[in-house]
Amino acid sequence: MNPLIPLFVIIPLAGAFLIMIIGRFIEEFNKYFTSLVLLLLTCISFYFLFTTGEKIFVYKVGGWEPINSLPIGIYMVMDGFSVIVVCIINLIGFLSAFYSISYIKRYTAGNYFYALFCLLIGGMNGVVLSGDLFNIFVFLEISVISSYALVAFGVESNELEASFKYQILGGLASFLILFGIGFIYWKTKTLNIADIKASFSSGYNKTTYLFIQILILSGFGLKAAIIPFHAWLPDAHSSAPSPISAMLSGVFIKAVGIYVIIRLFFNMFAISEGMAVLITALGTVSMVIGVFLAIGQWDIKRLLAYHSISQMGYVVMSVGIGMILVSRGTKPEIASLAIAGGLFHLVNHAAFKGLLFLNAGAIEYTIGTRNLKEMGGLAKSMPVTSATSFIASMSISGVPPFNGFFSKLIIIIAAVMAKFYLLAALAVIVSIITLASFLKFQRYAFFNRSNNSKNHNIREVPFPMVFSMVVLSIICVLLSLLVIPEIRDAILTPAINILTDPVKYSTSILVQ
Amino acid sequence: MKGMTLIVKKTTQLIAGMIFMYGIYVIVHGHLTPGGGFAGGVVIAGSLILITLSNGGDFMKLIKEESGTTIIESLATILVILVAVSGFIFGTKIFFNNFLPKGIVGHLVSAGVLPLYNIFVGTEVAASIFIIFLSLIIFKEESKE
Repeated sequence: MNPLIPLFVIIPLAGAFLIMIIGRFIEEFNKYFTSLVLLLLTCISFYFLFTTGEKIFVYKVGGWEPINSLPIGIYMVMDGFSVIVVCIINLIGFLSAFYSISYIKRYTAGNYFYALFCLLIGGMNGVVLSGDLFNIFVFLEISVISSYALVAFGVESNELEASFKYQILGGLASFLILFGIGFIYWKTKTLNIADIKASFSSGYNKTTYLFIQILILSGFGLKAAIIPFHAWLPDAHSSAPSPISAMLSGVFIKAVGIYVIIRLFFNMFAISEGMAVLITALGTVSMVIGVFLAIGQWDIKRLLAYHSISQMGYVVMSVGIGMILVSRGTKPEIASLAIAGGLFHLVNHAAFKGLLFLNAGAIEYTIGTRNLKEMGGLAKSMPVTSATSFIASMSISGVPPFNGFFSKLIIIIAAVMAKFYLLAALAVIVSIITLASFLKFQRYAFFNRSNNSKNHNIREVPFPMVFSMVVLSIICVLLSLLVIPEIRDAILTPAINILTDPVKYSTSILVQ
Repeated sequence: MKGMTLIVKKTTQLIAGMIFMYGIYVIVHGHLTPGGGFAGGVVIAGSLILITLSNGGDFMKLIKEESGTTIIESLATILVILVAVSGFIFGTKIFFNNFLPKGIVGHLVSAGVLPLYNIFVGTEVAASIFIIFLSLIIFKEESKE
């Protein structure tokens, strides 16, 4: 048992409550403490990224060993797939926390902000590392409830409205998830994911099984904002403070939505072709509709939020193609390629969407508006913001040599090789429309002539914000290296192997 | 908030102490009888709420009370984590390990660290429920002005 695994949950939780106590007496404590804590967690997560490989670490909380090879305690599992998501969570979390050092001056009550931020991180780490369904639900609620509060942090009418909408739909999602978990417990008498897999493999009632799958898919689909369930996302992500928008859009919908869907549908349920086709269809629909909803927006953060839906559609579609091929049992190398494209795009999206929201926050910080029509000419006065947002825009639109190009290329190649020509064509078209909408963003925000007389004395944002944006843009460029086979083998291939092998996850956890 | 009549005040002063004691009883017997940290914490919060309601907001100096309660709540949570981590340090390198001697089944001092968890969880629950109540009252008092 690796004793470092529970630290991902303990440290943020303890940090949140320490901030509430010490932050009352020492001013500025909250800012630097949160950044330090998250920097430490980032280091630990990268240590795991380079050491995990094909291994699966299991941590039994409280030291409860299995009895008659049936797991009875809480399991925390770290494998090739969860380590990637943990790295994203803590890295983007660190950069957002560092960015907030200056940004939070717009708001009062910094202690509450940072305490909720730590709870958000702790909850997401818990969701990703948890090995049983009920703890996934508990940690999901920790992170989701703190995100409700963070979305409403500005306490103005539109923010409260967005948070209210988010709470209602989020509550519905939690209900569906809990209902599904209840059904699973009723049928299998266990909550451990590996044990559920083993229990289902000895036979199940088809109707109940399908009902459980639909409940779980719609519950986590609501959290992931796949298209028929997306109504809360544009409001919630655009009303939150910008570092929180970066966390929610860049990390949150992946960690509590996409990650859990992929994990449960590959490693817990037996993959069926019908379900795989449904997931692919949902992904394609959100990819196409998301971008059409995005291109008409004039509010920067709403535009970015709709693009999150569209880009998540790429991930879900690509993983869905992989799932169809795995369920057919043919062409395993193309299935691996499709899943690799999906995971690669998931990592890339965290980098560039986080960066874009931080850019939007920088613009809002200096000129105090999010409306594209009121901006213009910022390229001269804010060179760093302009340059980093250009890199991010080109990445998300899939222009070489930035990271988005390679992941979209892999997705399209995989779709063509699997003979899904329509999906490949749609992916290309959506990518072009994405490019158009980001050219609009670049032109109106940075290169247009300024039509606002008060824009004369604007300056570049303070150092912490610049630092976070520059680091993220460097990451955007460096992530292209994941396309090189050696690096991909070290980082992405373990994750793909654990997803495509139907029994590896469950058997290797149960024997430990 | 002004508070209620003298009769109500005297009666609640008599009763609240007993309710408080009962909450403590439920908490410390959590590993032996039904109940435990959460249930006992709610009972304790009930006694505190009873006193606040009957004596009125001015008597308690609510905002000062709120900040004290917040600190108690956070401290209790940190103590839970501390006990969990000390299981890691003193025991067999496992988080949440029950590292204290287990004692005899049925005795008040037994079951290792479980009574400690119950006490801290009880404090946490009592403090957090009282905070929710206080913030609603403070909101009402402030919105009147």
